[in-house]
Amino acid sequence: MNHALSQSARLDVTFAALSDPTRRAILARLANGEVSVMDLAKPFSMSQPAISKHLKVLEKAGLISGIKDAQKRLRKLEAKPLEEATEWLENYRKFWEGRFNRLDSLIEELKLSKRPSPKHKNKKGE
Amino acid sequence: MSSFVGTLKVEAKGDREIVMTREFNAGKDLVFECFTKPELIKRWLYGPDGWSLDVCTVDLKVGGKYRYVWKYLKDGSIMGAGGSYKEISGPDKLVQTESFDEAWYPGEALLTTTFVEKSGTTFVTINILYETKEGRDTVVKSPMEGGASQSYNRLETLLNTLTQNS
Repeated sequence: MNHALSQSARLDVTFAALSDPTRRAILARLANGEVSVMDLAKPFSMSQPAISKHLKVLEKAGLISGIKDAQKRLRKLEAKPLEEATEWLENYRKFWEGRFNRLDSLIEELKLSKRPSPKHKNKKGE
Repeated sequence: MSSFVGTLKVEAKGDREIVMTREFNAGKDLVFECFTKPELIKRWLYGPDGWSLDVCTVDLKVGGKYRYVWKYLKDGSIMGAGGSYKEISGPDKLVQTESFDEAWYPGEALLTTTFVEKSGTTFVTINILYETKEGRDTVVKSPMEGGASQSYNRLETLLNTLTQNS
C-alpha cells in the first residue's frame, strides 16, 4: 500500500499500473464485484503466475485488495486511487473545455458570416 | 440562436500519451482553419480567464514553424510555446511538435490532430505524445487553472461532501 507516498508519487504508481491493457481488463472485470484469481485468469490466455504478477502491480498501487479468504483468493477493486487519477485528468479536461467552448462560439460566428473560405488545395497524390 | 457545446473526452493512454476527443458543429474545412489561421487561433486558444494569446504566427508548411505567446493580463507575465509542422494534410490531419520556452515538462511533445467529418459534424482527436512518461505525468498533474479555480474546485468538493453527510 502506498499511503506514505506523496500524492504525486501515488499518481505515478497509479498511472504505471493503468498503463497495461491486461491490468485495465482485470480492473474492468473487478468493477462488477469480487473475483477469484482463478476466475480472473480464465479470459486471458496467460498463465496464473503471469496474472498473479499483474495482480501484484495492481495491489501495490492500491487499486485492488485481497480478501482474507485463503480458499478462494478473492480480489476486489479499490476505487480511491482511480478517483485520484481521474481527478487530475478532469482538471486538464476543464482547462481545455474553456478553450473549446470558445471555439464553438467562433465557429458559429464564422458560419453566420458565410464568408466563402479560400480553399487550400494541398493535393499530395491522393 | 442555439449554442452548440461538444463533449470533450480526455484520456491518458499508455505511459506517454494524452488523447482528447471533441466534436464541433461545422465541416472540417472550417474547423481546420480555426486550428491553423493565426487570426482565428488567437480568438480561442487562450485561457483560463485572465490570459490572452497576443502573439500567434503560423508558417503552415512541412518544416514551417509556429509560435504562440500568451500574456497574463494581471501582471503582464508571458508564456511562449512553439514548434514545427511535421505533416500537413489539410483539412484531415496535422502533425506538429510542441515545446514551451520555459520547459515545464521534460522534452518536447508531438501533437497529432485529426479532423473527421460525419454529416456536418467534425470529430477532432488530438493525440499528444510526450518524450517521457515524466513529461506526460507532469502535464496531467499540473494545476493548470491557477490558484483561484483550484480553490473553487476544492470548495465544491467540500460542499458536496458536506451536503451528502447532512
